[in-house]
Amino acid sequence: MSVRETIERRLREALAPERLEIVDESARHVGHAGARPEGETHFRVTVVSAAFAGLGRLERQRRVHALLADLLRERVHALSLLCRAPGEL
Amino acid sequence: MSEAVFERIREQLAADDVVLYMKGTPVFPMCGFSARVVQILSNAGIKFQAYNVLEDPELRQGLKDFSNWPTFPQLYVKGELVGGCDIVTEMAQSGELQQLLVEKGVVAAA
Repeated sequence: MSVRETIERRLREALAPERLEIVDESARHVGHAGARPEGETHFRVTVVSAAFAGLGRLERQRRVHALLADLLRERVHALSLLCRAPGEL
Repeated sequence: MSEAVFERIREQLAADDVVLYMKGTPVFPMCGFSARVVQILSNAGIKFQAYNVLEDPELRQGLKDFSNWPTFPQLYVKGELVGGCDIVTEMAQSGELQQLLVEKGVVAAA
């Protein structure tokens, strides 16, 4: 399974998002720190989930970080996150 | 993780109101996300103390454990983690960052 598919599966299972966008931006970082020849190192993720309702910004991102902890440690160099509850801008 | 590095972090956070742990330095950032936060703070005229985690592996790992936050940059105000690049960017755009700095007594109300 690709890194992107792993991210998608874990977030869908844990957060049941009503919207999930995962953009692989690795190609924009070729040659930068953390880039790998095989790619899949830099992602931008937008998650809209009821699981975030009532949580502050830090806690929302911590939930996502926790779901992807091993990837962040070993595989993914950069993860840009936008976490929203339904109905928020 | 040793208590010594946590103690060092606490001392750094106590020494300055606004602390940025980043990759590289404000003049030579080594990462686009760190560069963006430096730019936001500079544009807002916010004084901050920066530490380069690339030069200090113990500090880099210690901060991840200290704040349960796996990435850099990390911005702290009055000893509390505000967030990384995404959160700081959002808060700067919405005006919340300035509001937080006023509430914490770091800058005077506009």
